[in-house]
Amino acid sequence: MAVTLDQTIAQKQHTIFSRIFASQTFWVVIAVILACIFLSVTTDAFATSKNLYNITRNITFVAIIALGMTFVIITGGIDLSVGSVLCLSSMILAVTMHAGYSIEVGILASIATALAIGAFNGILIAYLGFPPFVVTLGMLSIARSLAMVASNNTVVFQFGPDHDKLLALGGGAWVFGIANPVLYTILLALITGFVLRWTKFGRHIFAIGGNEHAATLTGVPVRQIKVAVYMISALAAGIAGIIQTGWLGAVTTNLGNGMELQVIAATVIGGANLAGGVGTAFGAIVGAALIEVIRNSLGLLGINAFWQGVFIGGAILMAVLFDRLRNFRRNE
Amino acid sequence: MSEAEAEQLPGTMGRQRLVAVLELTNISKHFGAIQAVNDVSLAIEPGQVVGLMGDNGAGKSTLVKMIAGNFHPSHGTMQMDGKQLILNKPVEARQHGIEIVHQDLALCNNLTAAANVYLGRELRRGIGPFRILDYAAMYKRAGQIFAELKSETRPRDLVKQMSGGQRQAVAIARTMLSQAKIVLMDEPTAAISVRQVAEVLNLIRHLRDQGIAVVLISHRMPDVFDVADRVIVMRRGRKVADKTIASSSPEEVTGLITGAIEQVL
Repeated sequence: MAVTLDQTIAQKQHTIFSRIFASQTFWVVIAVILACIFLSVTTDAFATSKNLYNITRNITFVAIIALGMTFVIITGGIDLSVGSVLCLSSMILAVTMHAGYSIEVGILASIATALAIGAFNGILIAYLGFPPFVVTLGMLSIARSLAMVASNNTVVFQFGPDHDKLLALGGGAWVFGIANPVLYTILLALITGFVLRWTKFGRHIFAIGGNEHAATLTGVPVRQIKVAVYMISALAAGIAGIIQTGWLGAVTTNLGNGMELQVIAATVIGGANLAGGVGTAFGAIVGAALIEVIRNSLGLLGINAFWQGVFIGGAILMAVLFDRLRNFRRNE
Repeated sequence: MSEAEAEQLPGTMGRQRLVAVLELTNISKHFGAIQAVNDVSLAIEPGQVVGLMGDNGAGKSTLVKMIAGNFHPSHGTMQMDGKQLILNKPVEARQHGIEIVHQDLALCNNLTAAANVYLGRELRRGIGPFRILDYAAMYKRAGQIFAELKSETRPRDLVKQMSGGQRQAVAIARTMLSQAKIVLMDEPTAAISVRQVAEVLNLIRHLRDQGIAVVLISHRMPDVFDVADRVIVMRRGRKVADKTIASSSPEEVTGLITGAIEQVL
């Protein structure tokens, strides 16, 4: 039977299943599930409600920032400053509340700080053409230093009149005993997923990562969008900082030290491509989950904690290896 | 410049023509002391394919960039459908129905064909600020355009999996979203296989059949003589020939490009 042009054009090459099996995120999900099953069988401590509560909550801080980082990485950029921005936002919140202001003022100040830093990064990158790596490396140093200046390098653990509200915000479990940070993460992941898939802004982010020159030629406001993604990344770090402050009940200038690497690892494991143009909200969450499950399991299995880096590094390489293998097959 | 004066200019008088869709009158462009385009006048009619030829540095790209809104002419005027045309930005050229197919096609490999066609002018549905991408409408319309172009290109496929001819179809489909009057194509056949060249030339004929004027900037003599109705040759910023394909020959055009033949107007 002859195939007409219209039939060819209307044909879908990929079914939903073929697309799922071809995605790196899917295999990372399988890895997480297998690890959980393995740990439930081999250890008594894993499948307890207390441990699961801890794991899900620990995932959240990296996961929330990874959601913001996903925007940046899809455009082909990188944000190394998120760990320091988390620290600075936490510190601004802590210092403001410690000075007697309400939690609302504290959160507002903290978010405003994060957004200002993101805008600063973004303007240097988008309008002055600085390399993202350099700008955010500089900000990594600047933001942490500012946190030390703001607190005079002390530990803040008294948050003024709204002290209890802040602790409840981060440490509570208001719905069905699910830790609050987990709820925030789910909400933010849904928003991120929606923006990436269903909005013009999301589409343009992918276009910039795919071919920035083409995006410019077709009238995409490339510079404004780049500023926006660095603001989103800093905002995510700020939100994570506020929640983490509520959970820990204290802020030190060490908070979030080295976190940028965990966050980038999570996004890459979840399927984002550092060259730009690829990434999902779900991937960022799953990547963060795999890292946390690895950390948790090493402890439960009695493996020396010094081995943690080896396993997490191995997971990064494995995840990217899957991607390479798929590409080799396609190129042949 | 008054219309009476314009009528007396060379290139615009002579035999009776259709109303030109685009008319350039005494256009010059210099960058400092360098005269990139020197006193060029030409008129392009609807549904006409014009081959614009010339060696590197002859002023083709500068001329095209003025039509595309990238550069302001230093002297001279441009008219579209008889009305004066002043372009400050490439976006304004597009609003006037001037579409450009860039030499590198300006495609995003990580997006689907439909997403590339609609890049920068995505369709959305919803109310007020709550508007989401209208995937269904974009797939449908992109599919219709590919069918019009007789190209076997699927709107849902990623551009990175496509052949050179399909990629050209995606870039050309962009120009058909709005009511384009004139399409400028910069070296569309420079880096693709022989079979794909034939595909691209067919795409150009489809544009012409819809009454769209096409300016084909090319180094490839066979392509221009295959598809164009008219050939314009530039050398050192000047127009040295403007004649119908039927009345010219590849030998003559080669001579004009190299300077062996001084001028035939």
